[in-house]
Amino acid sequence: MVVQVAIQSLKKIMADFTLRVNGSEQKISVPPETPLLWVLRDTLQLTGTKFGCGAGFCGACTVHVEGSAIRSCSTPVSQVAGKSITTIEGLGASGLHVLQQAWIAEEVPQCGYCQTGQIMTAAALLGRTPNPSDEQITQAMNGNLCRCGTYERIRKAIHRAAGAGTAVAGGAR
Amino acid sequence: MSPLNRREFVAAGVAAGAGLVVGFYLPHKGRTGKEAFSPNAYLRITPDNKITIVVARSEMGQGVRTALPMILAEELEADWKQIEIEQAGASTLYGDQTTGGSASVRTTWDPMRKAGAAAREMLISAAAVTWGVPRSTCAAQDGSILHGASKRRLSYGELAAMAATLPIPTDVPLKQSKDYKIVGQRLARVDTPSKVKGEAVFGIDFRMPGMKFAVLSRCPTIGGKVLSFDDKASKKIGGVSYVGKIGDAAMAVVADSVWGAMEGRRALTVNWDDGPNKDLNTAAVLEALKQAAAKKGTSLYSVGDVAKATGRRISAEYELPFMAHAPMEPGNCTANYSGTTCELWAPTQVPQDCRDSVAQAVGLDPDQVKVNVTLMGGGFGRRLEHDYAVEAALVSKAIQSPVKVIWTREDDMRFSTYRPASLHQLSAVLDGAGWPAAFTHRIIAPSISGQKGQPGPNGVDPDLPDEAAFVYGLPNVSLEYVLAETAVPLGWMRSVYALQAGFASESFIDELAAAAGKDPLEYRLHMLAQNQNGKDQDIQYFTTTWHTARMRGVLQLAADRAGWKNVLSAGRFRGIACFGCFGSYMAEVVEISMENDVPRVHRVVAAVDCGQVVNPSILEQQIPGGIVYALSNALRAKITIEKGRVVQGNFDDYEPVRMDEAPVVEVYAVPSVESPTGIGEPSVPPLAPALCNAIYAATKKRIRALPILS
Repeated sequence: MVVQVAIQSLKKIMADFTLRVNGSEQKISVPPETPLLWVLRDTLQLTGTKFGCGAGFCGACTVHVEGSAIRSCSTPVSQVAGKSITTIEGLGASGLHVLQQAWIAEEVPQCGYCQTGQIMTAAALLGRTPNPSDEQITQAMNGNLCRCGTYERIRKAIHRAAGAGTAVAGGAR
Repeated sequence: MSPLNRREFVAAGVAAGAGLVVGFYLPHKGRTGKEAFSPNAYLRITPDNKITIVVARSEMGQGVRTALPMILAEELEADWKQIEIEQAGASTLYGDQTTGGSASVRTTWDPMRKAGAAAREMLISAAAVTWGVPRSTCAAQDGSILHGASKRRLSYGELAAMAATLPIPTDVPLKQSKDYKIVGQRLARVDTPSKVKGEAVFGIDFRMPGMKFAVLSRCPTIGGKVLSFDDKASKKIGGVSYVGKIGDAAMAVVADSVWGAMEGRRALTVNWDDGPNKDLNTAAVLEALKQAAAKKGTSLYSVGDVAKATGRRISAEYELPFMAHAPMEPGNCTANYSGTTCELWAPTQVPQDCRDSVAQAVGLDPDQVKVNVTLMGGGFGRRLEHDYAVEAALVSKAIQSPVKVIWTREDDMRFSTYRPASLHQLSAVLDGAGWPAAFTHRIIAPSISGQKGQPGPNGVDPDLPDEAAFVYGLPNVSLEYVLAETAVPLGWMRSVYALQAGFASESFIDELAAAAGKDPLEYRLHMLAQNQNGKDQDIQYFTTTWHTARMRGVLQLAADRAGWKNVLSAGRFRGIACFGCFGSYMAEVVEISMENDVPRVHRVVAAVDCGQVVNPSILEQQIPGGIVYALSNALRAKITIEKGRVVQGNFDDYEPVRMDEAPVVEVYAVPSVESPTGIGEPSVPPLAPALCNAIYAATKKRIRALPILS
C-alpha cells in the first residue's frame, strides 16, 4: 500500500510556463520542479550555462533573473515563470558585453568551462556596484569556483571592465 | 624520399582539392597486421590560400590548440592570422595522442617544426620553378614566397599545387630561436572568444538529432555489483524510456532530458552486492602502506652508499591522502552505436584508448569506432580514463539510439580514480657542518599502472621517472619505490607522483636546514653548488639528465624576485621549495600569515626553467593555475573511504580554493633556447612544501601529513 502511494506521488505532472529568456518569450512544458538550468540547456538549447555541481556550490550555472545572479541548477523553473531571464548568450545586448571584452583582453579562460558563470556573476556585481573594490569583487565572486585557478585574471578583468566605465546591469534587455 | 628515421619522417602529397599536405608517416599495424602507411597531415594548404594546422592533442585549458600550431607556423613562415586550426580525432596516424605528462609541446616540438620547415622549403622550390630563378634568390615571409630582385610574390595557396608535386627535402634546415617571429610571442589563444561568449562546445554541450540522455547508478561500494533492481517507479517518471543493467556494477536510466534521467535514477531501487571491500576504510589503507614499508623496494636512483655515511642522523615520515581531480565539467560522453560502427564525441585526453576500449566493449573492430575529441572543462588526468566513453557506447548499444551519458558531481567525486595515498620515509646524515652527507627517500605507494594491469619494469610506473627525480648533487643518495596494494581505484592526477615526492622531499630538506641552523635557500644552493673542480653536476635519472645549474638558476631567480633577503613585515612568513619534473625546473617562494592557526597565502613567486617558452601568456596561465590547484590539494583535498565507499560527494566536503584564498602569483621564466619542456604540471609539486615550510617559519610546527586543514 505504502509503495503504491509512493509510486503515485512520483508521477511528474507537466506544466506550461512562459519564460522571458534573453528578451524573447518562450513557452515550455516541463515538470514544475525542473531546475531552470536543464530547461535552458535541454529545452531551449542554450548550452552556454553550465552544469557543475547541481547544488549551488560552484556557480557554473549562474544566470540573471530580473538582473540578479542566481544559481539556475537550484532554481525550479516554476519560480521564474514570467520573469526576465538573461543567460550568457543574451548578455551583450549588441555585440560583446564590456565584461566579455575584458575577459578577452585579460586572457582569462583556460578550460573556460566556469567562465560563463563567472561573467554572469561579475555582470550582476557591476550592475549594482559599477566600480567595485577588491573586497567587493571577492565577496561577489567567491561562490564561483574555477579549477584552473584563473581568479587573479578574473579580478583584473572585472577592474578593467569597471574602468571602461560603460558597465551596464546584466539583463539589460 | 628516405625516412628521417624508422619512427617518423616528413611526408607530403596532394590535398583533396589540389593543394599541399604535409605531415609525418608513422608506421602502424593495419587490420590485416601489415604495416600501412598513410599521411597524417599536420598541415594542409589549399589553392584558396587556406592554411589549416591539425592539432592531435586534446584542449583541456592548457592552450595546445594555440601553442602547437604556433610551432609549425613559425617554421612555415606563415601569417598567423591566416591559420585555421582543426582538432584531430583518434587516429593511429598521429602516434600516441595521449594528452598528459605535460608532454604536448615537448613531444611535438620536433615533428611540428619539421613539418612546417619541409612545407616552407617545398613552397620556396615551387616558386623558384615557377619563376625560373635560383632557389637561393627566393625567401619565405608571412605566407608568401618573395623574389627580392624582381619584387615578385606568390602566396602559399598559389604555390600549393605545384609544391605538392615536388620531392620532399630530406635535410630540412630549422630556424634559430633568434629568428623566431611567432614562437615566444604573447599570441592570443584561439579558443578565448568562443569561451567567453558561451559558444564553445564542451563534451556536455554536444547535441545530435535523436539524442537521449542517460545517468548511471553505480555500485557505491568499490568492487561491488548489482544484485537486483526494481525499476517500476523509475519507469513512471516522465520521459524515462529505458532502465537496464550496464555491465555488472551499474544501472543506466535513459530519458529525453538530463533532469528526467536524474529523476528516474532517484526513483530507481537497486540492491547491491557490496563485494569484497565492504569493510574497507581509510585507516586500513594507511595500515597497508605501513606494512608495505617493511618490504624491500625497487631502487629508483642510487649514488654512493648511504649506509656508509656517518654523522648526525635525522629521520621523518610523511603521509598523503587520496585526492580527486574534480574538473569543473563532470564526466560525460556522447555515443552513437549503429551495429557496425560507433561514433563518439568525447571530452577525452585519450582518444585512442577510448576507441580501443569502446571497440572491445561493444564488439567492434577499432577501425569501426570513430572518436571526435571535444573541448574539455578541465582534465587534470581524470580524462585519461575512458570509463565515460565505454558507458556511453554500451548504453547506446542497449537502446539502439544516440545517447549522452552525464555524470553528476557526486558521480565524479565518488567514482573517480584517485591520486594514490602514499607514505614517505626519509632519512639523512648530516656532516659536522650540517650539510647532508647522505639522503634516503623511500616512496611507499600503490602503483597506478600496476592496478590498471600494465605494471612497469620492476613494478615502477613508466611515468615515475618524470616525477620523482632528486635534483641535488649529494655524494650518497638512495631513492626507493615500495609497492603497496589497494583496492581504491587509482588515477594520474596533475603532476602525479611528483606531488607526493616533492612534498616529502622538499619539506624534509627544510627540516635538515632547520636542524643545521641554516637558511633554507642557502642550504639548497649549497646542495646544488658546483663541485670542487668548479663543475656543475649532471644527474642521470632514468633517461633524463638533470642539471643542478638550472635548478640553482630557478631557485635564485625566485628568491631574488621574492626578496628573500629582505625583512618581511610583521606577521608575514615565507617558505621556499624547488622541484624538477616533466623536464622543467621550478622554484616557489610562498608568503603567508597565520590567522587562527590557518595559513593565508598572500603571494607566491614562481620561477621556471622550461626551455624555450612557446607562448609567455599561456605560461603565465599555466603556472598560477597549477599553483592554485596545488593550494587546493595542500589545504583541503582528501578523499576518505568508509565501508568501502568514498565519503566526499560535492564541493561542500571537497572544497577547492575560491577567490578569497587565491594568492597573487608572480611568474618568472629563465630565458632559454633549450627545447621546451612541460609547463602544465611542474608548478604543482613545490607549492605544498613551500607553504608548509612557511608555516614552520611562522609556528615552528612541521606539517608531515596533507591536507593541512584536516
